[in-house]
Amino acid sequence: MQEQWHHHRRWQDPPPDGGVPNWAIRVRRHYRGDGGPLRRDPDDRLAGGVAAGIAAWRGIGVTAVRIVLVVAFLVTQGWVVPLYLIGWLVIPPQGSDTNVWSRARHDSRGMALAAALASLLVLFLLIATLNSQLLATYGWPQVVSVACLTLIWRNAADSERGVLTRLIVPLDSRPGTTTSGGRRRASRATKLRLGASAVLLVVGVSWLLKEHESFSLLGPLAGLVLIASAVVLLLGPWWLRIARDLVLERQARARAEERADIASRVHDSVLQTLALIQHRAEDPQAVVQLARAQERELRSWLFEGRSPGDTEVTSLGEGIREIQRDVEARHLVPVEVVTVGDCTLDEHLSALLAAAREATVNAAKWSGASVISVFAEVEPDRVIVAVRDRGKGFDPEAVPDDRKGVSESIHGRMARHGGEATVQSAPGEGTKVTLTMPRTAEQPGYEPKPDEVRR
Amino acid sequence: MSAQPRVVLVDDHGLFRSGVRAELGRQMDVVGEADDVAPAIEVIQQELPDVVLLDVHLPGGGGQAVITAVKQSHPEVKFLALSASDAPEDVIAVIRAGARGYVTKTISTAELADAIRRVADGDAVFSHRLAGFVLDAFAAAPSPQDVRPSFDPELDQLTTREREVLRLIAQGYTYKEIARELFISVKTVETHVSSVLRKLQLSSRHQLTRWAAERRLT
Repeated sequence: MQEQWHHHRRWQDPPPDGGVPNWAIRVRRHYRGDGGPLRRDPDDRLAGGVAAGIAAWRGIGVTAVRIVLVVAFLVTQGWVVPLYLIGWLVIPPQGSDTNVWSRARHDSRGMALAAALASLLVLFLLIATLNSQLLATYGWPQVVSVACLTLIWRNAADSERGVLTRLIVPLDSRPGTTTSGGRRRASRATKLRLGASAVLLVVGVSWLLKEHESFSLLGPLAGLVLIASAVVLLLGPWWLRIARDLVLERQARARAEERADIASRVHDSVLQTLALIQHRAEDPQAVVQLARAQERELRSWLFEGRSPGDTEVTSLGEGIREIQRDVEARHLVPVEVVTVGDCTLDEHLSALLAAAREATVNAAKWSGASVISVFAEVEPDRVIVAVRDRGKGFDPEAVPDDRKGVSESIHGRMARHGGEATVQSAPGEGTKVTLTMPRTAEQPGYEPKPDEVRR
Repeated sequence: MSAQPRVVLVDDHGLFRSGVRAELGRQMDVVGEADDVAPAIEVIQQELPDVVLLDVHLPGGGGQAVITAVKQSHPEVKFLALSASDAPEDVIAVIRAGARGYVTKTISTAELADAIRRVADGDAVFSHRLAGFVLDAFAAAPSPQDVRPSFDPELDQLTTREREVLRLIAQGYTYKEIARELFISVKTVETHVSSVLRKLQLSSRHQLTRWAAERRLT
């Protein structure tokens, strides 16, 4: 076709200043349009991009061209298909000057294969013509089609072969197997499947064609059934794969949304905090504070699934962490929390939490310790909370009045709900407040093991 | 044991590695670094350090992959796990693979150096958080359908004393403080902790896995 174009050029294109005759311009328009030579458009293609190319070349809608092609297919009894394929062969793709045919000419094996396949079809059609006129009229043009397709398949560029692969994908149902063993197994399965469906097809068609007189009812029916099963066998895996792809796509979308959610959260919290930390680098206390607050927030989101704004407290563990949060924020002292087990709150345990909060705030205010440790353990019959610091400590015999008052409020609160509080302290040794609250039987929630030997 | 333990750092954050190296440099002999499972195994087998400081989370399979690979050929290399995120199931997995202890990345340099020395001397190092995890893991009662003949039922439970020691560790007590609190020697505290570690690693108890799985769900 390239040569043809050059021929056109020679008689179409006189020197630019040589006074181009009107008819030549019209002819050139006809062949080259306004936007350049006729080229297949690989960006907007269903098969070879011929329709899209024609549409672009003539400046009409591609849908219109396709409708015309389909109507023409019916009117010409199928001759449009080989015409289309010839177009695919000879019209170069956009941005290129070489067509598939220029390569196919030198492909002797491809030529032989095309001829062989075409003759095979001819043979088949000769037999078929004896029985069914309809099949034959639509079948004959496809002799050309088969030859063209073979040549295109063997000689088109890789990207175009991709289109062909997609068109014949129904024949190949392999999912994305990665191991070579898996691939080999899958290709053997494909061969088996193809073989089985071919046998069914041949038997079905031959019954349809041959037996329609003697077994006038049974034959065509069985033939139809066989053809239908052949189609299912052939296309079934493809349909399955489409369904599977849909599911995969949905999963991918969900993952992308999740990633976006994480990204926005990290941006809202971690990145903002990092920016704040950079601004306040000269204030170590503030930096530590920011870092700890961020760590706590991130931890509760990652491991407990709580969003930053969620402050509702329904369990003992959440209550303890709320104390940690508040004391760290207000008194700028790190609070190390360890909880073992968890249970839902009732009024007694809420009182326990209030006492634990008092003890923690006390330690933060008075002890001067650099860190406060809060330990909570839920046992089957009781809940223990221990608040400990390594600070100044005090002599329990000689406590200042204000401190004694707080201590009393802890003691009193615990006693009112059936629990008890012990305070161990000595000057220079730090302080430890241990709060114990018995659990009532009907409390639901986490149940640690009852078979423990306990003190 | 030489005065300066030989240490290999395994962490995928270069920033963290260089920070630890700078801080530990004077007290430890940092002989190698690695940022992932495969290079870590290589450098450990080459250097044969006393202690490997091992991040729980590594891109190529997690800290336990390193431990499992090295333990086969060099069981004498000791591992101290550390991480920033400490999801309980990950930490327990690394300990069960064979790490001699676990500390968080927020640990101070002095404490880290102390922990490395203790691991090098063959002791176990539990951070307060790990102590909490272990108490939690061993606290959950085996459900009836989970009771199966155990190879050694002793391994499936903590003794009262071990439990007490763990509780005090969880409250931030040092071994010395625990010894004083419980009127026992520091050596005895270390024995209890090592015994807990052994149970943690050897227990065939299904519960440990199930507990971790449940933790992830809640």
